[in-house]
Amino acid sequence: MTHSKRIPLRFGVVLGLALLLLAVVVLAPQLCPHDPNAQTFAPLQPPSLAHWCGTDRYGRDLFSRVLVGLQTSVCATLALVAGITAVGTAVGVACGYWGGVLDAVAMRVCDVCLAFPGLVLALALATLFQGGLLQAVLALGLVSWPKYARMARSQTLTLKQADFIQAAKLAGDTGGQLLRRHMLPHILGPILVTATLDLGTMMMELAGLSFLGLGAQPPTAELGSMISGGRSMMQTHPWVIFAPGGAMFVAVAICNLVGDGVRDYLDPRNSGRPLYDK
Amino acid sequence: MRGYVCRRMIQLIVMLFVITFLSFAMIRLAGSDAVEQKMENTGMALSQEVVDRAREELGLDQPFLTQYGVWLWGLLHGDMGTSYISDREVLPTFLEKLPATLLLTAVSLALTVVISVPLGVLAAVRQNRWTDYLLRCGSFVGNSLPNFLVALLLMYVFAIRLRVFPVIARDVSLHSVVLPSLTLAIAMSAKYLRQVRAVVLEELGQDYVVGAAARGVPFSVTLVRSVLRGALVPLVTLLALSVGSLLGGTALVESIFLWDGVGKLAVDAIEMRDYPMIQAYVMWMAVLYVAVNLAADLCYQALDPRIRLGGGDA
Repeated sequence: MTHSKRIPLRFGVVLGLALLLLAVVVLAPQLCPHDPNAQTFAPLQPPSLAHWCGTDRYGRDLFSRVLVGLQTSVCATLALVAGITAVGTAVGVACGYWGGVLDAVAMRVCDVCLAFPGLVLALALATLFQGGLLQAVLALGLVSWPKYARMARSQTLTLKQADFIQAAKLAGDTGGQLLRRHMLPHILGPILVTATLDLGTMMMELAGLSFLGLGAQPPTAELGSMISGGRSMMQTHPWVIFAPGGAMFVAVAICNLVGDGVRDYLDPRNSGRPLYDK
Repeated sequence: MRGYVCRRMIQLIVMLFVITFLSFAMIRLAGSDAVEQKMENTGMALSQEVVDRAREELGLDQPFLTQYGVWLWGLLHGDMGTSYISDREVLPTFLEKLPATLLLTAVSLALTVVISVPLGVLAAVRQNRWTDYLLRCGSFVGNSLPNFLVALLLMYVFAIRLRVFPVIARDVSLHSVVLPSLTLAIAMSAKYLRQVRAVVLEELGQDYVVGAAARGVPFSVTLVRSVLRGALVPLVTLLALSVGSLLGGTALVESIFLWDGVGKLAVDAIEMRDYPMIQAYVMWMAVLYVAVNLAADLCYQALDPRIRLGGGDA
């Protein structure tokens, strides 16, 4: 099969891009040619050799701000996705494994969360928490974990009946051992796929909250709030929007590529589909 | 079928109770009540006595559940309180702006279907050819652009450079709805095109498609009469589910294009911490979302006679 050989190569390229993004994010403060928060007397300069992306209305170097903003956005997104994956999986597995009152209560909570349009509820919650990046992450996390809980629960329920789980139980494994050694490794795959696929969406939603002023507060550089701040100057100084917008697009695109790559790699159903050959 | 509808209706009522309760609890959690908020807004320092009397008048000294009961009773009579900022009644203000948002939502949904269904089917039929790659590429790009960025890009190209459409929507008209709805439709179509493609591919892989081809049925006939019909149910489900993100997206897009709907109302309310207005927005958006999904569920049997809702008794 030439098919199965090609995918890892493409996946490798994607992983390389992701590592590059991560390296840029980690090294952002070192890569900045200027201090991202230093104001100068040269506001709204067009892109030049000294300022690769121009300067903003306070004369701050946009390229440096974009790098640091990227760091803020990516780190917040990673923390958010890691958080909801961990909490959702823990709740879901506990519900599926022990059932009973815990299951009934937790699943009703999930039903309610899923009944609200996610971003609308997140907007309201972020307002309640009085704005701030951490608060925005918390608000999005509170509305997003039920999806993972649902998934983990249904996986646990099917797995509970499997022969090898019963065998492990007969062999004397305690509940904790059973969960850790036999159940988690099985259900983690699909959950990781969903988590990586969610990275891009979460980054955009987080930036959306910041865009409305509910995320990172000035002078912290964050892509969503930078785009929002440049709105009024778009007509005369478009690079103020295009620089953070371009960075946002590249970061989300890489996240989406990784998501697709991980899914294709872990889910064999996506290859060799029967075709209608016409 | 009737039993199923009844059960869903009861679920709906329970859900509405929970939604109203949560929306109410939200304001309580905000930490400051109407009296404090008004004091802050007017900048007046009042004695504790006056504050207490105002609280008593508004019933804010009652226990939480009593307050909820009173609030719910008011809600059932169309009273959602008054705005902290403008002192206008919330519900009439909200209802006044709702048609603009519904128009925007409807046009965006229609555009999404018009753009993504034909293209998604095309991509599926031409799987792994350049048409497919091109469409998937386009959908990938659309998927990686946040909608507020799409809004600004469209604004830059069509309103600032080409001057075809107005930058801000001064009125609610078909001319000014184009850019905001196109923004929402681009983001939605990008996601939906992929889903249409996947669903149609799934359906094309069924045995009956090969059977029809073997009997000499032209491909276009199989595609339209069988494949698309079979794909209809998942497509309606996915579209109904995407209404949730559409409703969230309207808030951003409306505030960018200054479209005078409830989304902009909500964003303005968020800036001013006008909690009764935010409460009304969250509650009605949730109700709308639940209603749309219920309607989609009830459509299933009409769309696909193979589905028997509510068990084997129907």
